[in-house]
Amino acid sequence: MKKFWKLAATAAAASLIVAACGGSDSASDTTSAPAAKTDLKVAVVYIGTTEDKGWSYQHEQGILQLEQELGLEVKRVENIKDDATSEATFEQLAADGYQLIFATSFGYGTPMARVATKNPEACMQWATGAKFLLTKAGGGEYADFDALPTNMGTYFGAAEEARYLSGIAAGKATKNGKIGYVAAFPIPEVLRGINAFTLGARSVNPEATVQVTWTKTWFDPTLEKQASESLLDAGVDVLGMHQDTTAPGVAAQAKGAKWVGYNSDAAEAAPEAWLTAPTWNWGPFYVKTAKAVAAGTCPTDEAYGTMADGMVTLGSFGKSVAADTQSMIEEKKAAIIDGSFAPFTGPINKQDGSAWLKAGEKAELGFLLGDMTFFVEGVVGSAKG
Amino acid sequence: MNENIWILTSANAVTIATTLILAALGALFTERSGVLNLGVEGILLTSAISSFLAADSTGSIWIGLVVGTVVGSLLSSIHATLTVILRANQIVSGLALVIFGTGLANFLGKPAEGRTVTTIIEPIRLGPLSDIPVIGPILFTQDIITFGTIAFAVACAWFLFRTRPGLELRATGDDPATVDAQGLSVSGIRIRYTMFGGALIGLGGSWHMLAQSAAWHQAATTNGIGWIALALVVFAGWHPVRLIFGAILFGFCLRLPFTLQAEQITFIPSAFMQMLPYLATLIALIALSRPGSKNLRGAPKALGNPFVRDER
Repeated sequence: MKKFWKLAATAAAASLIVAACGGSDSASDTTSAPAAKTDLKVAVVYIGTTEDKGWSYQHEQGILQLEQELGLEVKRVENIKDDATSEATFEQLAADGYQLIFATSFGYGTPMARVATKNPEACMQWATGAKFLLTKAGGGEYADFDALPTNMGTYFGAAEEARYLSGIAAGKATKNGKIGYVAAFPIPEVLRGINAFTLGARSVNPEATVQVTWTKTWFDPTLEKQASESLLDAGVDVLGMHQDTTAPGVAAQAKGAKWVGYNSDAAEAAPEAWLTAPTWNWGPFYVKTAKAVAAGTCPTDEAYGTMADGMVTLGSFGKSVAADTQSMIEEKKAAIIDGSFAPFTGPINKQDGSAWLKAGEKAELGFLLGDMTFFVEGVVGSAKG
Repeated sequence: MNENIWILTSANAVTIATTLILAALGALFTERSGVLNLGVEGILLTSAISSFLAADSTGSIWIGLVVGTVVGSLLSSIHATLTVILRANQIVSGLALVIFGTGLANFLGKPAEGRTVTTIIEPIRLGPLSDIPVIGPILFTQDIITFGTIAFAVACAWFLFRTRPGLELRATGDDPATVDAQGLSVSGIRIRYTMFGGALIGLGGSWHMLAQSAAWHQAATTNGIGWIALALVVFAGWHPVRLIFGAILFGFCLRLPFTLQAEQITFIPSAFMQMLPYLATLIALIALSRPGSKNLRGAPKALGNPFVRDER
């Protein structure tokens, strides 16, 4: 019933006509999405639930925007493991005639590609993916880029830009110079985030260190809370994080420490601890992609959003973030958006003190995406997990 | 805040142990009556979400605890009905309860997904006792339920081994035919203690949710702690006092991987550390099962066997 009202309300906002017949049945689809603007059939597959207040929740906000702007109903499939078993889900969606399918987790890549090959009329979009990983050279099943399905694109974004900015808030907030970071898995995406966060913190607090603890989870509030508490017990007074929950924030608040979240603006989970968070705005990408597919083309590029195009954003500031810190962050944000500044700009040393980037040298995007397997100077802990 | 990390880790071990002690005590009472209830994890989860929803809608954590306890008792009454009255296979019924409880909890918890409890049970300081170095922060800066749980576990040992109802309970688990010959109702005792055990497990789940967990997140909320509780009963040789120490040891093992990481002690792989509680279970089982330690084992002899009067 809840879904019914949610859908009905969304449809009503788009057009009264849609509301009149839009909520007949959220699970079945053929009759319930009349051609307000388009009769495109869109589906999205989630690894968790849309109420996790993190990763999936943030994607759901984008999907809601898509429904509103295009006046259609999107089919949601929640709690799908991102392993080989997900192939059946994609197969079913393709068989049901969905023309545009979004997959919002890394592990959906290969199953989705297989289904894409078999269903050339459907358009597939893989979040956090990289086509290289589908090729033999990247450990995948396809001989080379030319062999990849021609109806599949990927999308992700430069969270590191917002990570850097949130690092500034952390660097300013720490009193003893010890910042903690509850990290997920030791893969380039996570290491990139930790490094950008550390560079941001040390840009305003050169003596600050970022101590990393791995949970090897994306979504396990109990373990993530315990990892946070151990870091706080070890004396850190600000926490950064990567996982999909708010547990580190609650732990930080209980000990009077500060917290930088991730994915969504979750200030209400721990208002005293909240500093800010790198967040996502997937809506414009979803709308743009759906419009392209409705017009007959499937975008197959590897979309990489930035703060400049608005896919990556920075959450609201907590009340403890001083006004001058806020304006300093806003300034850097403007510089990132106009392209005059990038977080990974030399001189930057690696964790062991050896040089990585020379003064003024900027890291290549390809290197950041695939080859960032080390920590920068200032991070305490092992980059191998 | 700047206390030694090892003291804080130990203090946290005692905190984590509270859920374990309550859940394991519940399993212990059930098993002492001869009924094996493998559904602990499912009961913990359903109680956790029920207590969350109750506390959230009434604003009182105490109402939450009561609701969670009652729900635990109700769920285990399903198990009691199936296994004691209908004499279904206890293992199958218990496993079914895990699946049912997890599904029910996810269903009830859907609207609360990701939400946090607004008020939590605060730890209390026991005046000068809390100021004793090392021991003070570990043992005397806990919340009322933790204190109560440890005291209760000690009282349970007295009840089991020093009172007549305790003797009847143990006898039901060891030799139901004799209890039956005494004119006592084996089924009655088993149903009663299965439901009582369920209530304790329910209280454990509720406390875990309201005092410890950051937010409701489906199965991740209890994270398999119900299975550890079942192992703990064996580890403790079905004795409530040994169970307290076992639970604290397990709590310490659960927290240790993160303490070592935070302290930059990296010569032990973290995968090994995460395995520790389960490794400790195995070692305990081997130690308890070796020849000549029969008295330690303490397993109720009729555990898992339905009682049928004619088949005596």
